Amino acid sequence: MSVTAIGALEGFAPTTSADGTQSVFTDLGRYHTLISQLRDSGFEMLVDLCGVDYLGHPGRSLPEAVAPERFEVVVNMLSLSQKRRVRVRVQVSEHTPVIDSLFDLYPGSEAMEREAFDLIGIRFAGHPDLTRILMPDDWEGHPLRKDYGIGRIPVQFKETPGPR
Amino acid sequence: MGLEDLQHNFLTARVEDLVKWARRSSVWPATFGLACCAIEMMAAGTADYDLSRFGMEVFRNSPRQADLMIVAGRVSQKMAPVLRQVYDQMMEPKWVISMGVCASSGGMFNNYAIVQGVDQIVPVDVYAPGCPPSPETLMHAILTLHEKIKTGEITQRRRDGEPLHLVETPDSPWVPAQPTAVRIGTPR
Amino acid sequence: MNDDTTVNDDAVSVDFDDDLLETSVVDNIVTGNQAAWSSRETSEGAQELRRRDATQADELGRESGAVLRLSDGVVLDPTQIDIDRPDDETMILNMGPQHPSTHGVLRLMLELDGETVLRTKPIIGYLHTGMEKQAEALTYVQGCTNVTRMDYMSPLFNELVFSLAAESLLGVEMPERATWIRMLMCELNRMASHLVWMATNGMDMGSSSMMIYAFREREMILSFFEKTTGLRMNTNYIRPGGVAADLPDGWEDDVAVICDTILERTYEYDDLLTGQPIFRERQEGVGNLTAEEALALSLTGPLLRSTGVPWDLRRSMPYLNYDQVEFDVIVGIYGDNFDRYAIRLNEIRESIRIVRQILEKMPRGDYRVQDPKVTPPPRGRIDESMESLIHHFKLFTEGFKVPEGETYVAVESPRGELGVYLVSDGSSKPFRMHVRGPSFGNLQALPLLLRGGMMSDAVAVISSVDPVMGEVDR
Repeated sequence: MSVTAIGALEGFAPTTSADGTQSVFTDLGRYHTLISQLRDSGFEMLVDLCGVDYLGHPGRSLPEAVAPERFEVVVNMLSLSQKRRVRVRVQVSEHTPVIDSLFDLYPGSEAMEREAFDLIGIRFAGHPDLTRILMPDDWEGHPLRKDYGIGRIPVQFKETPGPR
Repeated sequence: MGLEDLQHNFLTARVEDLVKWARRSSVWPATFGLACCAIEMMAAGTADYDLSRFGMEVFRNSPRQADLMIVAGRVSQKMAPVLRQVYDQMMEPKWVISMGVCASSGGMFNNYAIVQGVDQIVPVDVYAPGCPPSPETLMHAILTLHEKIKTGEITQRRRDGEPLHLVETPDSPWVPAQPTAVRIGTPR
Repeated sequence: MNDDTTVNDDAVSVDFDDDLLETSVVDNIVTGNQAAWSSRETSEGAQELRRRDATQADELGRESGAVLRLSDGVVLDPTQIDIDRPDDETMILNMGPQHPSTHGVLRLMLELDGETVLRTKPIIGYLHTGMEKQAEALTYVQGCTNVTRMDYMSPLFNELVFSLAAESLLGVEMPERATWIRMLMCELNRMASHLVWMATNGMDMGSSSMMIYAFREREMILSFFEKTTGLRMNTNYIRPGGVAADLPDGWEDDVAVICDTILERTYEYDDLLTGQPIFRERQEGVGNLTAEEALALSLTGPLLRSTGVPWDLRRSMPYLNYDQVEFDVIVGIYGDNFDRYAIRLNEIRESIRIVRQILEKMPRGDYRVQDPKVTPPPRGRIDESMESLIHHFKLFTEGFKVPEGETYVAVESPRGELGVYLVSDGSSKPFRMHVRGPSFGNLQALPLLLRGGMMSDAVAVISSVDPVMGEVDR
């Protein structure tokens, strides 16, 4: 099944980004099924799973049917047999940042989901060990969120604290 | 001067000088390579730069056997307690070289994740700037440390946060009081 | 951000918002209290390996290396996991972040039955630098200095992938010479990185002379880097818009000498290591991996190729001008350590082959794109032309603006697929820059590869996976 067909079935019609990859948008309910169908149609490897915090973004171009939320989970997948990539983007709301884990489909997503949890705060339901991975265990806060400061200390001759 | 020129068969020297000579001729570093600076530290230990001529090619893996901790690389918040624990396990006399700008001051990473200078955690004797410092810079730092050992006091125990007091002796071209950027061999 | 911070002249007392920094960290900065660190704990709580009865079933399976059953969606039953030793006869050992053979600050917690490894849990984060957050505070012109320190063994690849991502959003075309220069520097960097791997792998196997030999070869490449870019490592040479400076005069001779010398020396390494019985015994049959497991765990690079999957981005999804040079993709058969050693050794030879072809094919031309909004003007022009001065000023204070969008670009680094997912909001700083480091995924193979082997095999396998903690932790 082509990516367009899958996209239309389980998500919304794909868009194409600057590097030529198709991005398929979907919602929380159909996310797991979409990834599983992509896996069955030849996308053997899950290359990257990351979270993005869109707080303060002036305006991103989304298809009309997609309602923008603060967080987004982006999954980049690779098909070795067809030599192509596809990207799946899911909007995750700020108030309940919970999304299904892909661990049962791709065990390689375990560390990536833990990183998204640690740095952005998105919880993955069904993940075997959702603990912090990069920050110390007793750290508070999620550093890659836009409302978390960079933590810069003032330095002589550079008067402004915070990101320039 | 060879041994055949000696008229007598005994030598006198001060205990201090012998102890300092022994200490600075075989400073054994502990492996504390963290990031990019670790690779330059390894390069300093291998061919072309060869730390072995200073007696330092044995990087002791156990801190109990090491004299010098070269903190090579950026120290993150998670690594900081480990750094202190390794430092505490080293036996006196011990020295610390902070290699690279990330260890000396946080470097280009002035953010939540990196400790802004390893001297927040352990007392540092010599700072070696560079990103990463080339092996020659590291060797300069090591030679500065050797000078410091040569002109320091052997019985004083360092209190946390304070560097060893440098003693000004007639044959040493040192300016003591505070650690400063030093050129070896340049008279005062 | 925190605009109301007051700083005294003594630079000692500072007011912070509490949510910016953890309080004890602030205290230590403020008071410089070194002794306070002696009492801090080094345990990482929930991130560590726990007793079997305190671990969930699927995590237990993961730690014992069960991959395929998980990717088939089978729910694991703790009684089915074949750890054939009861809990009180095994030992949980910590192979701590400071260790000679963990290739950086990787912490491994192992459950051991005597010398045999039953369960493994890697704990990372000891080199977390906040580079993705730092990238949001730096412009695209400055971004390469940040990204280059992630995979510090192959810094030019990090710069390359970041530049390619920025350029794909900008929509600029690279001049030919710039592309070929990038290829040349990257292949030399691949050789340097694999030489360091040969050195550390040899050292881990016990051959300290291998360390000296490989670093000696690497010095030749680094001195070429110093001549061209100004620095031995972390060069900040490949930038969005091209490269920072042209190749120096006489570079062809330097590169030819490097190629000839290193090629000869790789045959010396064969004499030293490849045929040597102890080396072979320690590497063959250790750390076996199959293709299905590798794909399920998102492994790339020599790990994936050692299982027989001929996947190399330079061949399958070519970037730069890799479709115009001839080289072989080295593929293993058994998926064990020795295959990975052979792959990396032969990749050095293939890189030499590519560099020799680049020597012949290097065109003349610009080394950076001639768009004044993206690349700075030559220094001489600044005195002559007001426009150049203004462009220079704008570029180095504000940087160039990148149109809004998102992109994912990947290259084949010595460790695998190195990718950058870049989201731009139309300003001169990235909105979100996420780097997909190959070692981050490759480390997930450790529980699988270590299971059932001895402790000394653990050292060999970690070395064979070749993690660089800078890109694991970022």
